[in-house]
Amino acid sequence: MAMTVKLKVWRQAGPEKPGRLVDYVADNVHADMSFLEMLDVVNEDLIRKDQDPIAFDSDCREGICGSCGLVINGIPHGPDRGATTCQVHMRRFRNGETITIEPFRAKAFPVLKDLVVDRTAFDRIIAAGGYVSMNVGGAPDANSLPIAKDVADHAMDSAQCIGCGACVAACKNAAAHLFTSAKITHLGLLPQGEAERHRRVVRMVDQMDSEGFGSCSNEGECEAVCPKEIPISNIARMNRDFLKAMVR
Amino acid sequence: MILDSKTPSGPIGDKWDRRKFENKLVNPANRRKFQVIVVGTGLAGASAAATLGELGYPVKVFGIHESPRRAHSIAAQGGINAAKNYRNDGDSVYRLFYDTIKGGDYRAREANVYRLAQASVNIIDQCVAQGVPFAREYGGLLDNRSFGGAQVSRTFYARGQTGQQLLLGAYQSMMRQVDAGTVSICSRREMLDLVVVNNQARGIVCRNLLTGELESHEADAVLLCTGGYGTVFYLSTNAVNSNVTAAWRAHKRGAFFANPCFTQIHPTCIPVSGDHQSKLTLMSESLRNDGRVWVPKQQGDRRPPAQIPDAERDYYLERRYPAFGNLVPRDVASRAAKAVCDEGRGAGDSGLSVYLDFADAIKRSGVDTIKARYGNLFDMYTRITDENPYQVPMRIYPAVHYTMGGLWVDYNLMSTIPGLFVLGEANFSDHGANRLGASALMQGLADGYFVAPYTVANYLGGTPLPPVTTTHDAFGAAKADAQARIDKVLQVKGKRTVREFHRAIGTICWDHVGMARNEASLTDAIAQIRQLREAFWQDVTVPGDANNLNPGLDYAGRVADYMEFAEVLALDALERRESCGGHFREEFQTPDGEALRKDDEYSYVAAWEFKGVGAQPQLHKEDLVFEEVHPTQRSYK
Repeated sequence: MAMTVKLKVWRQAGPEKPGRLVDYVADNVHADMSFLEMLDVVNEDLIRKDQDPIAFDSDCREGICGSCGLVINGIPHGPDRGATTCQVHMRRFRNGETITIEPFRAKAFPVLKDLVVDRTAFDRIIAAGGYVSMNVGGAPDANSLPIAKDVADHAMDSAQCIGCGACVAACKNAAAHLFTSAKITHLGLLPQGEAERHRRVVRMVDQMDSEGFGSCSNEGECEAVCPKEIPISNIARMNRDFLKAMVR
Repeated sequence: MILDSKTPSGPIGDKWDRRKFENKLVNPANRRKFQVIVVGTGLAGASAAATLGELGYPVKVFGIHESPRRAHSIAAQGGINAAKNYRNDGDSVYRLFYDTIKGGDYRAREANVYRLAQASVNIIDQCVAQGVPFAREYGGLLDNRSFGGAQVSRTFYARGQTGQQLLLGAYQSMMRQVDAGTVSICSRREMLDLVVVNNQARGIVCRNLLTGELESHEADAVLLCTGGYGTVFYLSTNAVNSNVTAAWRAHKRGAFFANPCFTQIHPTCIPVSGDHQSKLTLMSESLRNDGRVWVPKQQGDRRPPAQIPDAERDYYLERRYPAFGNLVPRDVASRAAKAVCDEGRGAGDSGLSVYLDFADAIKRSGVDTIKARYGNLFDMYTRITDENPYQVPMRIYPAVHYTMGGLWVDYNLMSTIPGLFVLGEANFSDHGANRLGASALMQGLADGYFVAPYTVANYLGGTPLPPVTTTHDAFGAAKADAQARIDKVLQVKGKRTVREFHRAIGTICWDHVGMARNEASLTDAIAQIRQLREAFWQDVTVPGDANNLNPGLDYAGRVADYMEFAEVLALDALERRESCGGHFREEFQTPDGEALRKDDEYSYVAAWEFKGVGAQPQLHKEDLVFEEVHPTQRSYK
């Protein structure tokens, strides 16, 4: 059954331009549509009316690439727990409901246009040590180093971060602690990452600070909106590693 | 032009060693004098850029995404094959080679596939050393699962996110080189042309997608790692921004396009729900390890699945293929699903789906075990369909997933343009007419970590490369071409949106160049594609202008290229008058409906040379010689 929703969408022509919420009406919305497919339909209408379509990022549309990221009714990635924006379906909304759509906001994520933001600060955090220093060619046999299943599973829980930035958008301080600590936890738990553990945490935390991300608010909003449900306990672990590295 | 595969001589097991020994080397101090460009940041691109950076080559990496980590390799679910024989079940490099040649229905180059199987072993070592958290057993050693087309368990996996973990491993290695200063990332850039000087690839023209500015970048070698062309079908499991543009523009500059009709329709995808659909979602093939595929025996049986007793169900894969059962290769499983739906026995309101049922597996292994294996896939399914696969069977239907065809490359992964290398899904080389599950990740990483670094070095070390800068006329000309095309598409100002045209070209391709093809239908498709292309240039409407972030304009350029590419896709399917792998010609089938190859006439790679838009491309044939594996009728019975 088709439904109608009213949209209030953040429109902003460019990084230095002022932005504002603009009202749209989306007709013929089907419950099985994804949220982004609903926006596709709105954009098709705008294009036919020779108006500028709403710019937003998306790619895989199955919750893994981390491209999409909208604040829907005040919640990064919208109402579904453990889901990205592209995984939200219109059956989550009522006929006639008003939906507010805004970009992920943070000083370190400047708006490029409408709902598109620049999250390349995350790449620079990874470049500051979010890796294991080993060249192709030197690896020993993969089974030469057993790793307990629970350790590997725990590492995987953090490794599955998709780098979407919802954690930053949800935090009142726009902190990137959940993102950064996910990589530190993933690599720090595994023997392969142990050798660089202290150097890594210091460099990544320094980079995070220099990008303009804030300090941890300790309120756990990041964990609540994380589409991969990455635990906030990683942040404690990062802080502990950081302290240890500083006193070494 | 005679296509020379440059395959080394000698026994198959020695060819790659021989080539590596014969290759020219570049002294470490000289490597910094060569500029390498990598286009695309998926598994092939990121691994190649990381490795070339580690070796000391300056590398510029280009990608359409905001971050290299967003490339579509990230979405691969099931796993990666490697001939480790950790299960002691009789696996070997030779068996992986054999399975891949057979799975590809004898349309791949033996020497490439053997090298791929050899490299598979190193890939797992490399990835584990990078910290990729593969699934493990309680003893701490790596776990494996089995996949379609094989009777051994050789697939390594990281839950249902293997592609993500492998890509993040390659991405992190590449970012380490960014940190080291050898690699620089140019994100949100779309390659619009290849610059060829004196018959050598010497750079690219790309568009900065944020500012609209056209940029020129010179290089001594260009590596295209830009993925496949599945989105020509509009609906596919590919990311919505995946496209053929970089490969197609290189094709128009002289790189031959090989076997475009070899496309893979994946059997286990979530069915289409309506016209609004923007993409289809794959349910990993690994589900077929525990899920049983069935439809009602009776036509038009619309009872809920739970009310259909076992005796009235047709487990058609187990019935038709007792040896492989639900684990037959993808092309076989897809065609079988289409066949039962065509008979009117499909499930769901549309009748275009089959059941994938976990009830027996849950009874046998328990909900917790099934949850541990596939939990995230089940969650994904629930989210999209609003149904609970722990309680009711999943409904699945085939969808376009992967393209085996791509730019022609020789054994060194070099295209017909010297200095232009093509890696990963963008090339045609290893999967023949059908790719086996868990082999795409293997190929992308083999090409990037273990093949291209040697062969690119050989090219750079052994080829005179006179200095070229972006002031060369060829850059100016390529830039002018790119600008003219952008201006042209903006000036049409017609009535139909780019998406309408994309949907239209996709419908033509799916209906005529999809799971079943025939002479009349393909001929008709070519005429329809030509008409649609004309309509596009007369009636498309593209929003906005060219000097800022304008996703609608980017999309228009990609769809415009599909208007050209689709024709060679259909033509290749028309000219290959046999059935093999994913290419099923209805005129050529065995009495029980299996693909009928014609090895005497079609045991070749069809490589197409561009002769102008709308002009008949010229066919070049590379004969396939099988010295190791004797082609037989594939049987999974």
